[in-house]
Amino acid sequence: MAAAVIEEPPSSSSIPKDEHEFPLPAVLTYPSSTPPTLVTQGAEARLYQTTYLLPSIPSALKYRPPKPWRHPVLDARLTRHRILAEARILVKCRREGVPVPAVYAADESAGWLMMEWIGGVPARVGINEWLRRRKETEEAQGNEGDATPVTGDKEEDKDLVALMRRIGSAVGRMHKVGIVHGDLTTSNMMLRPWEEGKGPSNGHTVAHDPLLDGDIVIIDFGLASQSSSDEDRAVDLYVLERAFASTHPRAEGLFSAVLESGYREAFKQASVVLKKLEEVRMRGRKRSMIG
Amino acid sequence: MASPTKVLETIQLEHVPSTHTVHIGVFKDVENSEFLHQQLLSRNAEFEYAFIDASSVTSRFQVLAAIYKAITIQLSGAMKTPNIHSEIVCSLSPNNNISEAYRRFGITPSSKHLIIAKVLITPQTTLTPSALNEHLLAHVKGMPVPFTDEALQAEQLTDWAKVRKYYKLNNVGWLDGVKDETEKRREMEVLVLGGMALRGL
Repeated sequence: MAAAVIEEPPSSSSIPKDEHEFPLPAVLTYPSSTPPTLVTQGAEARLYQTTYLLPSIPSALKYRPPKPWRHPVLDARLTRHRILAEARILVKCRREGVPVPAVYAADESAGWLMMEWIGGVPARVGINEWLRRRKETEEAQGNEGDATPVTGDKEEDKDLVALMRRIGSAVGRMHKVGIVHGDLTTSNMMLRPWEEGKGPSNGHTVAHDPLLDGDIVIIDFGLASQSSSDEDRAVDLYVLERAFASTHPRAEGLFSAVLESGYREAFKQASVVLKKLEEVRMRGRKRSMIG
Repeated sequence: MASPTKVLETIQLEHVPSTHTVHIGVFKDVENSEFLHQQLLSRNAEFEYAFIDASSVTSRFQVLAAIYKAITIQLSGAMKTPNIHSEIVCSLSPNNNISEAYRRFGITPSSKHLIIAKVLITPQTTLTPSALNEHLLAHVKGMPVPFTDEALQAEQLTDWAKVRKYYKLNNVGWLDGVKDETEKRREMEVLVLGGMALRGL
C-alpha cells in the first residue's frame, strides 16, 4: 500500500485503482504517456488499452498471466503456444485481407501480444442500442405490449440487414482462408467507424442512422484455430447463431437469412457449410457425446 | 557562429525505461557508405550505430518497432548479436538469419540513403545527444532529411519492390486492388510489422 494519501478525482471510465487491482504485466511497468487501463478480463487473459511506441498510437495488449494452479512448466508452455497461435492466426488473416487487428509485437515467453487498437463499439452494443431505440419509436407510436420481432422486411430495418450482411461477409472471408474463430459472438466483432469522408468499404449506404455504421473487425482469436473442415466452420456459425439469439432475441429471425447471404457472397463453399449447419443445429455443438 | 544543424531526433519510446533514449537521423544521397560500412566491420566503437538502409524501410513506425524490439531483447539479456544496434538491424528482418538481415536491412558499401539510430543507455554512456549530432554531421557525407513518413515518401527513399520481396508481400494479391495509395501503404506497413513481430516464431 502507498503511504501517502492523495486525493484523486475518481475516474469513471477506468477500473478504480485499489488494492484489488491486478499487478500490471512487466511490459507495462515502464513509463508511458498515459497509464494503461484494464478493458476486460477473461478467465485466461486480460486486455489492456495502452500505447505502442508513441503516445499517438493506441494499442491493445493481451496478457495471459501465469496460472498458479497449473504446474509452472506446463503453464509456461501453454501460454507460449496460445500467444503464438493467436499471433500467427492474426497475421495470416491480415495477409489474406480478413478484417482483424494488426499484430504489432509479441513476447510469447512473457505471455503478451500487442495489437492494433480497434475503435468503435462491439457490434452487440450497436445492435442492442438500435433495437432499443426502435422499440421506443414503436411505443411512441402507440404499439404497446410485446415488442414485435424484427424481420428485416421493413424499410427502417435496412441498416440492420446491411450490418448482418457485413458480419456474414467477414465470417465468410475468415473461413475462406482456413481459420475458424471458436468463439464467434457479436461481442467479438467491433464496429469500426468509417473514416471521415470515406464511405463503407462495400457498397450500401445513403442517409440513415449512424448507429450501425462501420466496418466489421473480428477480434479475440484466443480460441481460434487453422481449419478448413466444413464441420468446424458450421460449428463456428452455430455458435454465432446461438449467441445472436440470446443476445438479440428480437432480431433472431433476421440472423439466418441475412447472415447466410453475406456468408455465401464471400465464401464459395458456403453451401456445403450451411448444409452442415443444419446437421449441427439438430444435434448441438459437440459431435461426440463425450464431454 | 550559428549552432550546428540538428540532424538527430530524440524519442522517448512508450513502455521503455527512462534510462534508454533513442536518437534517429535520416541521410539521403550518402557518398561515404563504404567508409561507414568499413567502420562497422572493423568494430570501431565510435561508429556503434544502427545503420539502416532506408530503401528497405516503409515508415517511421517500422523503424521504431525494430528499436523497441531490440530494447526489450537487450533488457531481457537475450541478445544474439554483439550490441543493441546490431540487434535493431536484425529486428527489422522477418527471419532469424543474422547475416541476411545485415545484408538486407543494414548498411552496405553501395547504400544510398541511411536511417541512423542510436540508443543511449544511462548511466553506462557518457555520450550526449549533441555529441552524437556533431559526430554524424562530421562523418556522414549526405543530406539530412527529417525522420517523418512524409519525408521518406517525398524523397522516395523506399524501394517497394525490395520491401515486397523481403517481407514476402508479392503473393498478397488483394494489395494491388487497393486504389487509395495511403491505405495501400498503411496495409503494407501493417503486414511488415506482423512479419517482424513473428520473426523466428
